[in-house]
Amino acid sequence: MNYAASPVLAPQLPLWRSRLLLALIAGGFLVLAGRDVYLQGLNHDFLQQQGDSRYSRVIQISATRGEITDRNGEPLAISTPVKSVWAIPEEVHFSPQQRSKLAALLEMSPAEIDKRLSEATGFVYLKRQIPPELAERVRALHIPGLFQNREYRRYYPDGDVMAQVLGFTGADDEGQDGIELAYQSTLAGKSGSRRVIKDRLGQIVEDTESIRPAQDGSNLELSLDARLQNLAFSQLKLAVDSSKAKAGSMVVLDAKTGEVLALANLPSYNPNNRSDLSGGHLRNRAITDSYEPGSTLKPFTVALAIERGEVTPDTMMATAGGTLTIGPATIHDAHRFGDMTVAQVIQRSSNVGAAKIALGLPAEAMWDMFESVGFGNPPPLNFPGEASGKVRPYKTWRPIEQATMAYGNGISVSLMQLARAYTIFADDGELMPLSLLRLDAPPIGKRVISAATARKMRAMLELVVQPGGTAPKARVMGYRVAGKTGTARKEENGGYAAHKYIASFVGMAPASNPRLIIAVMVDEPSVEDYYGGAVAAPAFSAVMAGALRMLGVPPDAPLTPLVLPPAGSEIEEGT
Amino acid sequence: MARINLILLALLVICALGLVTSQDKTRRLFAELESEQDLAKQLDIEWGQLQLEQSTWARHARIERIARERLHMSVPDANRIQIVMPAAAGAGQ
Repeated sequence: MNYAASPVLAPQLPLWRSRLLLALIAGGFLVLAGRDVYLQGLNHDFLQQQGDSRYSRVIQISATRGEITDRNGEPLAISTPVKSVWAIPEEVHFSPQQRSKLAALLEMSPAEIDKRLSEATGFVYLKRQIPPELAERVRALHIPGLFQNREYRRYYPDGDVMAQVLGFTGADDEGQDGIELAYQSTLAGKSGSRRVIKDRLGQIVEDTESIRPAQDGSNLELSLDARLQNLAFSQLKLAVDSSKAKAGSMVVLDAKTGEVLALANLPSYNPNNRSDLSGGHLRNRAITDSYEPGSTLKPFTVALAIERGEVTPDTMMATAGGTLTIGPATIHDAHRFGDMTVAQVIQRSSNVGAAKIALGLPAEAMWDMFESVGFGNPPPLNFPGEASGKVRPYKTWRPIEQATMAYGNGISVSLMQLARAYTIFADDGELMPLSLLRLDAPPIGKRVISAATARKMRAMLELVVQPGGTAPKARVMGYRVAGKTGTARKEENGGYAAHKYIASFVGMAPASNPRLIIAVMVDEPSVEDYYGGAVAAPAFSAVMAGALRMLGVPPDAPLTPLVLPPAGSEIEEGT
Repeated sequence: MARINLILLALLVICALGLVTSQDKTRRLFAELESEQDLAKQLDIEWGQLQLEQSTWARHARIERIARERLHMSVPDANRIQIVMPAAAGAGQ
């Protein structure tokens, strides 16, 4: 036997077997390669996402709403974070003891909490906007199923004093009214987000990418002066309360720049607690309501007549009868004085005199005057709900309408428009733009009347507060005051209401070089002396005196104490 | 050849350890940065609240009330005021 040639040890393997093996192995590799292409190439995004979702998180970076401050940097509106407590009712388990503790912390009754939890499934707010310290104590109760999230709440330290100017924000920190709404895009922050890697304990270990940086809202510096605003608000309140009036507004303008230094309205509300509010409280009447201004409009007609050379302050007007009949209508003066000069027409607020001056003017020129001082157009404030007032086109005017418009009937303006229009007298003929934001440089005015006419007008308006004028109560010790009263009947159902009036006063001081313009309007004073000179002028005087002192304006008149005439001795006026 | 391989191996190990420690340091520093930023945010919030508190206490209406009621202060009457004019303005009178 030849063992070496054993058929077992030297088998003659068929070639196909090794080829089969090779093919199987190659096939195996192909499958692996295919799987590889599938995972790394085709399915890559999905898998990457699955992986990321296990450690990578996109987190929100919250941005805060900008602050609103007054012109001296005093904060008027600040956002601070608060917590809202919410629950998943199915997951809430607490002992009766925990429940009563929670109820006490949230200032709710235990039954109320149970009711809240049974109301909905999945998600329910227990209490929104609670202070962070309180939220911390709620967290310390360790009640499962109870969660908190962060929200911002807006606080207004000055409360009702600034309410209508600032407006307020909703629960989602969006401006709803006033400055908050008008400057929403400036104040609102843009929340950002970033992608981070979190470890097993939920701690951030790495910043992988900043998707969008958070942008805090910009701060807003208003033209308002908080001290002046408080003064204006308290004096307006006094005027409205003592005359038992329905409402009132006051505007304080910087005569040199057109900045609004104070803007007060009554009735007001507390923006920090808006539970019982009505539209009447919310309205910023000085801006959103237009009314027939009455005699406060007379100076514009007179200024136009002087500018055109039709009259001078000393021209005699035939007002002796105290009435003027145009067609079927008759215009009355409240008192008969005999013939008056143009200056006396202003001083004593004669309707007949103003009507006669108006009838000597072309309708188009009067319309131009009203238009160029800003009546009939919304004031350039960018404030929500601005009233534009109403000035009808001059082609439709009848003579009687032209006559009555001279003393402010048949035309409507807002108090803000009126205050601004008076800048033409204060600024030697130039109309100033208005601003609710603090200005760094005085703006450029638009010339409406010549400086000479404006000075003559100021001299005439000074007579109004002198004895024999309609508003001696508007005087301020140490300063020369120029202004004009208005007592207009209220329009109602297309006619004029019998005993409803709007008493107003618009004035400026110091008259030699006016620094401030103050316009006061009191709606429906229901006391016997409802005249502008009796109701609005004292408020004007008090605010003007305080404001000039605060601003350190040097006096321009001798410092003799004023002797005010007894109540009711001012000359009454018809409009 | 073997020597060079050993040296390279040692270098590799050192580099790897360096990477680990630097990564560790990064994370520590990052955690520190994070907590400092949190603190900054917290202080910012507190600043806002303090500002709010300050302006609530310093409300003009409140100050006026305290001055009037508790301190019995009042605005002087017109005949008790004397205004001292600055020299320049006084000369112009």
